[in-house]
Amino acid sequence: MKLLQALADGAVVAKRNLIKIKRVPDLLVFSTAAPIMFVLLFAYVFGGSIEIPGMDYREFLMAGIFAQTVLFGATITGSGLAEDMTKGIIDRFRSLPMARSAVLVGRTTSDLVNNALVIVIMMITGLIVGWRIHSSPLEALAGVALLLLFAYAFSWAMAWIGLLVRSPEVFNNASFIFIFPITYIANTFVQSDRLPPVLRHIAEWNPVSAVTLAARELFGNTSPLQTPPDVWPLQHPVLASLGWVVVFLLIFVPLANYQYKRAVAR
Amino acid sequence: MTDAIVAEGLVKRYGSVVALNGLDLKVPEGTIMGLLGPNGAGKTTAVRVFTTLLEADEGSARVAGLDVRGQADELRRNIGLSGQYAAVDDNLTGFENLDMVGRLYHLGRARSRDRARELLERFDLSDAADRPVKGYSGGMRRRLDLAGALVAKPSVLFLDEPTTGLDPRSRLGMWDVIEELVKGGTTLLLTTQYLEEADRLADQIAVIDQGRVIAEGTADQLKDQVGGERLELSVATAAELGTARTALGGLAVGPVEADERQHHLTVPVAGGSAVLMEAIRRLDAESVKVLDIGLRRPTLDDVFLTLTGHHPDSDSAEEQEK
Repeated sequence: MKLLQALADGAVVAKRNLIKIKRVPDLLVFSTAAPIMFVLLFAYVFGGSIEIPGMDYREFLMAGIFAQTVLFGATITGSGLAEDMTKGIIDRFRSLPMARSAVLVGRTTSDLVNNALVIVIMMITGLIVGWRIHSSPLEALAGVALLLLFAYAFSWAMAWIGLLVRSPEVFNNASFIFIFPITYIANTFVQSDRLPPVLRHIAEWNPVSAVTLAARELFGNTSPLQTPPDVWPLQHPVLASLGWVVVFLLIFVPLANYQYKRAVAR
Repeated sequence: MTDAIVAEGLVKRYGSVVALNGLDLKVPEGTIMGLLGPNGAGKTTAVRVFTTLLEADEGSARVAGLDVRGQADELRRNIGLSGQYAAVDDNLTGFENLDMVGRLYHLGRARSRDRARELLERFDLSDAADRPVKGYSGGMRRRLDLAGALVAKPSVLFLDEPTTGLDPRSRLGMWDVIEELVKGGTTLLLTTQYLEEADRLADQIAVIDQGRVIAEGTADQLKDQVGGERLELSVATAAELGTARTALGGLAVGPVEADERQHHLTVPVAGGSAVLMEAIRRLDAESVKVLDIGLRRPTLDDVFLTLTGHHPDSDSAEEQEK
């Protein structure tokens, strides 16, 4: 009964966040405009100079773009909570007899829905520039689900940081500095084995690399000419991605909840 | 009469800043308590402890008979809070905002909707009900926020600086609304840094400074505490000031203050207008030419200055609590 009530509260909060997507369509436009620009830049500017053995660069690129896009999408969780905090909305929620988990559950859920919308738009963009799915529909669906699940787990980390820094501006700047390296020092846009040794090790163990490779395999965007680096996460990218999801959730769900309980506006 | 809010020895520190320094407070059921103090006095911190947003480091508090620590969940069902900012969602309509709050108080779908419409009507927001809050004026947002605090018909209501930042007209409107709503017997704790506001709305006023209640009572009691009535007069010359001082000395119930430069005399008196008449008679007998004379009661401003040594609207030297 209590759990049902908590889920209902979470749904009320999620609905509130989703109304924002409807009322402020610019938000969706701008959260997809940047990745679309990346697709075009990489496909047409850098694409010509990056050789991927056995396949077209655009086929290689798209899984990396998807991973980067959903991670950026997950940062909305942090900026949204920070904004609610500065506006005193979190104070109001915390004074209500609602489930303590509802604000975080609602927020991460609505951001998951947002990400699902964004990934659909990105897949259409990919199809336009020549990206194709070479696997079964079921595998492709699993690829999308894995990307979204990974972003969902990541959004709990963003929730914690957003509640910690309490200012949407600070959060946005901080997340920018953080997200760029973790999505670039990876196999997202280039093959990680071309990187200098130190960066290569970071890239190979970067969770973003695991999920990108997993998506690539599930979409069938790989070539027999490429062999994944001989490290466990990239030999078993799907398993490794799921492992990271579990690790993120185990660490950041409790941290975010702890921070929420002591959160007050400045 | 039972007390709706009881605080004993509340202490809250932020590092080296002491926001609450042993705050004691009792608010009887069905009354309006005005917590009056400058910025950084600890008003907001106190409200946050009462509404379970913050835990005090020391001391205890009960609201509606429930302990803020041990019975926080149940307590939240019985209170309404309207904070310093209008905590409403810009992208939602007025109706959607209130409907959401109703759902989160677990009123159920139908009752939440009815209650939202009812409150929008009552706060004169019906016309704007289905427009996003983004387009609301400051006064409308505050009214909507206040409506949000009333959704569950709470027995204890907390309003943290409900009119800060509003223009004078919206402030007057807000006062009417608040006066109207507490007629129903709700207990209200109101924080404010405006003396007029406390004077007009509150049954009891607690003056708070540096995290402690430094005086408490009705507005009249507080004013009496500072000193009752004073006779104030101005004369044309310094010589006349001396004559007037001698002539009125017998009426004074406390030390007489004379401002030699302004030729201004302040005489603490008791007895109302009869004393004023007597004073004029005595001055007339001495042929003192009076420029201006009047009987004044102290304002809350005087109370504040006497108690704290600074004006309420000047920031205290303490770091702000926020």
